Amino acid sequence: MDTLYLKNLSLVQFKNYTEASLSFSKRINCFVGDNGVGKTNLLDAIHYLSLTKSYFNPVDQQNILHGKEMFMIRGEFERAGRNEKIYCSVRAGKKKVVQRNGKAYDRLADHIGFLPVVMISPADSALILEGSEERRKFMDTVISLYDKSYLHDLLRYNRVLLQRNKVLKNAFKTGLPASDDELALWDNQLIPPGERIFSVRQTFTEKLVPVFQEYYHKISGENETVSLEYVSPLFEMSFPGLLMKNRDKDRILQYTSGGIHKDDLLMKLGGFSLKKTGSQGQQKTFLVALKFAKFAFIRETNDIKPILLLDDIFDKFDPRRVTEIIRLVSENEFGQIFITDTHLDHLEGILKQLDADYKVFKINEEIKIIRQPVS
Amino acid sequence: MQIGRYSSRLLEKAVEEFSSLPGIGKKTALRLVLHLLRQDKEVVERFGETILRLKSEIQYCKSCNNISDNEICEICANPARDHSLICLVENPQNVMAIENTQQYNGIYHVLGGLISPVDGIGPADLVIEPLEKKTRKGEVKEIILALNTTMEGDTTNFYLYKKFSEFEIKITTLARGVSIGGELEYADEITLGRSIKNRTLFVDTIQL
Repeated sequence: MDTLYLKNLSLVQFKNYTEASLSFSKRINCFVGDNGVGKTNLLDAIHYLSLTKSYFNPVDQQNILHGKEMFMIRGEFERAGRNEKIYCSVRAGKKKVVQRNGKAYDRLADHIGFLPVVMISPADSALILEGSEERRKFMDTVISLYDKSYLHDLLRYNRVLLQRNKVLKNAFKTGLPASDDELALWDNQLIPPGERIFSVRQTFTEKLVPVFQEYYHKISGENETVSLEYVSPLFEMSFPGLLMKNRDKDRILQYTSGGIHKDDLLMKLGGFSLKKTGSQGQQKTFLVALKFAKFAFIRETNDIKPILLLDDIFDKFDPRRVTEIIRLVSENEFGQIFITDTHLDHLEGILKQLDADYKVFKINEEIKIIRQPVS
Repeated sequence: MQIGRYSSRLLEKAVEEFSSLPGIGKKTALRLVLHLLRQDKEVVERFGETILRLKSEIQYCKSCNNISDNEICEICANPARDHSLICLVENPQNVMAIENTQQYNGIYHVLGGLISPVDGIGPADLVIEPLEKKTRKGEVKEIILALNTTMEGDTTNFYLYKKFSEFEIKITTLARGVSIGGELEYADEITLGRSIKNRTLFVDTIQL
């Protein structure tokens, strides 16, 4: 297993930071401070260096310090014993630049996956509360990290779907139903990538679910049955059969009503819908367990421990669950961790009991290190 | 420079016309127009006349739908070319690209587009009739599908394959693989994967 950790980070005009420079512990790093001081922005800067984009705001320009023209993020990682200097900058009206050891990437996609991170943030609740698109996106991002042809299939599938739906819409406008021949033409393009995506998602969830359940039980300490089930219309019928069966319905609806673009992950607790009956603490436990499973998945497929970014995750958790999470992440299965929290006392109380090396950063106007135990 | 206020209405109109061309913005249009203004009168007249004649005199070859000065284009009119071998392409640029290889002695058929409902092109908008006629008359032995390797290209390929599969002709498509002179590590995964799957006998690759 290769090691990965961020040694130091420096920011210029990124979000609320005019300038900042920090060096980190190999294991646990805590950013502590009041609301709005910029704890999460530090995690987002690390996210930028890994995935070349913000976890929160997809518009690069909006991550520049207000009233300024550009931002820069620099980080020095150690990956598999080698030093990797990553630099990312965004200038108003210019293309984003990402460099590795002084050499700019031609394609940003080449960098993604090289320095994996997993972020857990309150924004993840969309995974439970929002529509199925969020859950497909969750599957797609994890799978794309290790299966390049999956992404290709996905892009192709979506492009064919767009064209097929356009045929249905155009036909509706002219008043003549879309011909069988023309629909068959697009079905024929839709089926191969659709079937491949279905089979990859199946294999993926089969591997993910047991790991997820184990983490859930570890964190909650309860034995309630928790389930995550991959559902797809393709379980009931072959894709060609489904398209054929829905053909008349599609003509009326003017879009393709069945396919892997309707897939979902059903989240249940004790046999009931997590969204409807789960408490906030239970929902959050579910999310953390899911993200830990994602972490384990990336670790096994890439043979490297991703960096874990925990944004304000202790809110809504009882002390027992908080302790359990900290204990889990300080175990050897995890590598470097970054945690944000508003209160130091509680966090430090737990950290002191554990053996792991940690460093606390108190964030206010200027970043200063308030405690650095000897490792 | 502030664009939007011109000292002359005629200038403004000319800029508008130029900037309606693909890839030309207002600034470039203005530069082109001012450049034309500085030229001799004859030069500008020749320029204008060429454009007028372009639209009124150019024809589409009745046989292959390529752009031509005559009813039948030079390629189709050439008796030295193999008229039973048809290379099916999307547009006239593709004909030029394949002609530049100097490896091909058959004739062409220009479809005029790919099936793409999003761009308003359905199967009925493709120019296929002349080719269908020729095939029906038994003049065609092989059709080479040489469309873009995009999803729309694949879809159109499939459509044409279905349409022409009733005839007893050979339907082939361009080989897809690693580009010559390229290094393997820089080839994209999809292309490389396809090249491995559709590998060819080495003997066939030896140039005699």
